[in-house]
Amino acid sequence: MSLGLDDRALREVALTREEYEAIVRTLGRAPNSVELGMLGVLWSEHCSYKSSRGLLRRLPSSGGRVLQGPGENAGAVDVGQGWAVVFKVESHNHPSAIEPFQGAATGVGGIVRDVIAMGARPIALLDSLRFGPLPQSRHHFESVVAGVGAYGNCMGIPTVGGELYFDPSYAGNPLVNAMCVGLVRGDRLMRARAEGPGNLLLLVGSPTGRDGIHGAAFASLELDGHSEERRPAVQVGNPFLEKCLLEACMDLSGAPGVVALQDLGAAGLTSAVAEAADRAGAGARIHVDRVPRRELGMSPYEVMLSESQERMLLAVEPDHLEQIRAVFESWDLEAAVVGEVIAEARLEVFEAGVECASLPLDLLTRGAPERHLRSQAPAPPATFELRLEEDMSAVLKRLMASPNLCSRRSVYRQYDHMVGNSTLVLPGGDAAVVRIRDTALALALTIDANARYCGLDPYVGAQIAVAEAARNVVAVGARPLAVTDGLNFGNPERPEIFWQLEQAVAGISAACRALELPVVSGNVSLYNESEAHGAILPTPVIGMVGLIDDASLRLESGLKEEGDFVLLVGLTRDEMGGSEYLRVIQGEVAGPPPTVDLRAERAAHEFILAAAAQGLLRSAHDVAEGGMLVALAESALNGGIGVHCSALRPQSELGLIPALFAESQGRFIISAPSRTMPALQSLARRHRVDVELLGLAGGDRIEFEGQVSVGLGELRALWEAGLAPSDNVGD
Amino acid sequence: MKFGVVVFPGTWSDKDFGWVIDRVLGQELRYLWHKDPDLHGVDCVVIPGGFAHGDYLRCGAIARFSPVMESVRSFADRGGLVWGSCNGFQILCESGLLPGALLPNEGSRFICEWTHLVCERTDLAFTRQFQDRPVVRLPISHGQGNYFADPATLSRLEQAGQVVFRYSDAEGRVEARSNPNGSVHNIAGLVNARGNVLGMMPHPERCAEAELGGEDGRSMFQSLIEWGLEVLTA
Repeated sequence: MSLGLDDRALREVALTREEYEAIVRTLGRAPNSVELGMLGVLWSEHCSYKSSRGLLRRLPSSGGRVLQGPGENAGAVDVGQGWAVVFKVESHNHPSAIEPFQGAATGVGGIVRDVIAMGARPIALLDSLRFGPLPQSRHHFESVVAGVGAYGNCMGIPTVGGELYFDPSYAGNPLVNAMCVGLVRGDRLMRARAEGPGNLLLLVGSPTGRDGIHGAAFASLELDGHSEERRPAVQVGNPFLEKCLLEACMDLSGAPGVVALQDLGAAGLTSAVAEAADRAGAGARIHVDRVPRRELGMSPYEVMLSESQERMLLAVEPDHLEQIRAVFESWDLEAAVVGEVIAEARLEVFEAGVECASLPLDLLTRGAPERHLRSQAPAPPATFELRLEEDMSAVLKRLMASPNLCSRRSVYRQYDHMVGNSTLVLPGGDAAVVRIRDTALALALTIDANARYCGLDPYVGAQIAVAEAARNVVAVGARPLAVTDGLNFGNPERPEIFWQLEQAVAGISAACRALELPVVSGNVSLYNESEAHGAILPTPVIGMVGLIDDASLRLESGLKEEGDFVLLVGLTRDEMGGSEYLRVIQGEVAGPPPTVDLRAERAAHEFILAAAAQGLLRSAHDVAEGGMLVALAESALNGGIGVHCSALRPQSELGLIPALFAESQGRFIISAPSRTMPALQSLARRHRVDVELLGLAGGDRIEFEGQVSVGLGELRALWEAGLAPSDNVGD
Repeated sequence: MKFGVVVFPGTWSDKDFGWVIDRVLGQELRYLWHKDPDLHGVDCVVIPGGFAHGDYLRCGAIARFSPVMESVRSFADRGGLVWGSCNGFQILCESGLLPGALLPNEGSRFICEWTHLVCERTDLAFTRQFQDRPVVRLPISHGQGNYFADPATLSRLEQAGQVVFRYSDAEGRVEARSNPNGSVHNIAGLVNARGNVLGMMPHPERCAEAELGGEDGRSMFQSLIEWGLEVLTA
């Protein structure tokens, strides 16, 4: 007790004794309670990345097209013709566990503000969702979907893609990761650097309340029996207000006197001011009494730590204050000068002229001691024995009706995915395609992960996440450009969890280097555990942006014309480990996940891109979970055309089950008219890619003679009902 | 043809309408800010989709009191063309320019998808290009598009032939199965007695270009342009 603070007080601000002592050493005095609260939130795992930042440095983050890498509100990539695409993924897991609708809604709101802060207009949202099994998780699942929709729909930003998985490990700690993509002219790209001493700090949007205090700290703890009591730490969203903020900020894009835009998210004003000033190498002085409030009697501590939603901070030149304020007023938004930029790199907080906090900025933003956690590999995954099913048609039907493989239409129809008049490829295929108006360019957008593979082998699983996201992008005819990663893991203080994180980051890094994809932004969410269900599966989520130079050459997953040749690209191996077949049919999660050959993967991508650019293909679809037959069925269902194939004669060692259901990587289902077959075959030889003829498009069945025969109508009914309440009882 | 597109702070289909009017069809475009009562001499007022004022209370309930709506009302009274889509339809009902109300969708979920519609009035300035087209295809995107009117109003509307669009299947059969949101009589759009104020839940501006999946919406804009050429220059 020599430092006069007990463990309970430290736990309140989520600081360790060692961290507290480091603070006292640097300051040469004990911090007061306001300072302690500010340090607590900024040193939380959520804000400081103290456990993960050593690992994150390993990710490649540069490349010819990168305009902005990690460290800003979002990453940015040059897509040509003067346009920059801005994007980032962010998690809102703990708030969504406690209050699913608002947690998900405000998660969307937060990531949208990150994109606005770069000066970009948000043009698309994607979401990656994970829950415990149905029917138990139905309330959470439906509330999160409604929350995501409520926010994006009201703001008029299309939700164009996403992914959804169910697994017991998420039963106590669902995952809600949202990705926002924005567009801005390259020369209008903003950086949140509060430069120029004497410039004013303008706080805009919602008045500040007591909501969300300690949200960042809360995100850095495991969920326990008391988490429900933290419900007040979850904020309530007001998408209408954020829409007004968006339009006002767009009106001010490129306006004279606007020095910086910064979102207020986790750790509220403290984090926003500290980061914006720190990036500029300047400091800031805040007068908390000038912050508009929605509640009476708030202390400086509460004002500095509030996570009230729908707020932005601007640094503006005093000469232009009135014009800038007038823009906000036209949108009926309150804009208050709450402080100023100062030369000295400190954050000073005043209330009614009395100083109540004064801290060096580098202590706040970079002072948190990096934690070097112990890592230990767990026992290798269990082995399995393949049970040989007889009826392949029955297996296909069970797979297509299972919650992880069935149609997501009932989800994405709740999201406005068309507003903006730019969505060329709607959700339900591989990647969504969004055009850039007034150009021939289009963006391909996807978000992907496969936590089951990562649970079996996080290094390989993370590589697969990158490879599969890239395949999604390639399948629509787009070249992958860059990545944003959302790393969702359990408590890293446990060596086997830290090992997962270490392995996954190494896997992402290896795959991104091999495929030449910079990671330009990202998010880390740790402590995703619950008392009842333990740690979540390691879940590195990969958001990816790709580019099509000529949008008219885009491809879709559905078969297009009767009589077209249907082909399988890439090699199938006897790789049933971690497969959907194993889980759905045998109830097992075991074995090593499929291997990744990044050179073969890349060759397949180049082949598809060349074929797409030459107009040789009619459709392309990524082969992923469920294997070849599931991908083929999806192509048939999405196109409304059946496929007729002669009996599959797998190579010697490969049995029929792996031939149909193995989840070998680097594969696509493509279709092409007969006249382009010679060109396609020579292209395949040139790229050293295996292409196997499966059969012909046509009819209303999926058929391999003597092996599989299922009517499209019957399959569609099962596939589309997979998430409906009655069908999941007892799942 | 000079189109005026009304903009409330929470409107989002304004830019999509603007894109079609200006860039796709090369017509004159003027955005009409909700605080400004001046309609700037437009020939047709468009009230687009969105959440005008957040619509946390009831869709369009606040928008009806805005300065621009006063002018829209007198413009409509003088026979001016007023075209509301989605939130615009909700606002027209709240303003009393069209009868009835739009309730939360049956099943209370937001729905975004393509729908088939039968058009029962092809004599209007908005729909003349739908002649000889038994079924048209336009997308919807709303949480509150469940049209309701009391039985007396409904029978008056039906008798006067004011129902313009009904949800149907691809063959034009109007059945409960093809009703996405629970609207009475599958009503997706209606017109006032005089024929100059049209409200509809579907989004014509989202299907004015082939690459967005359909062009039936474009026909509505072209109907208006054609009408404008005949009537306004006459």
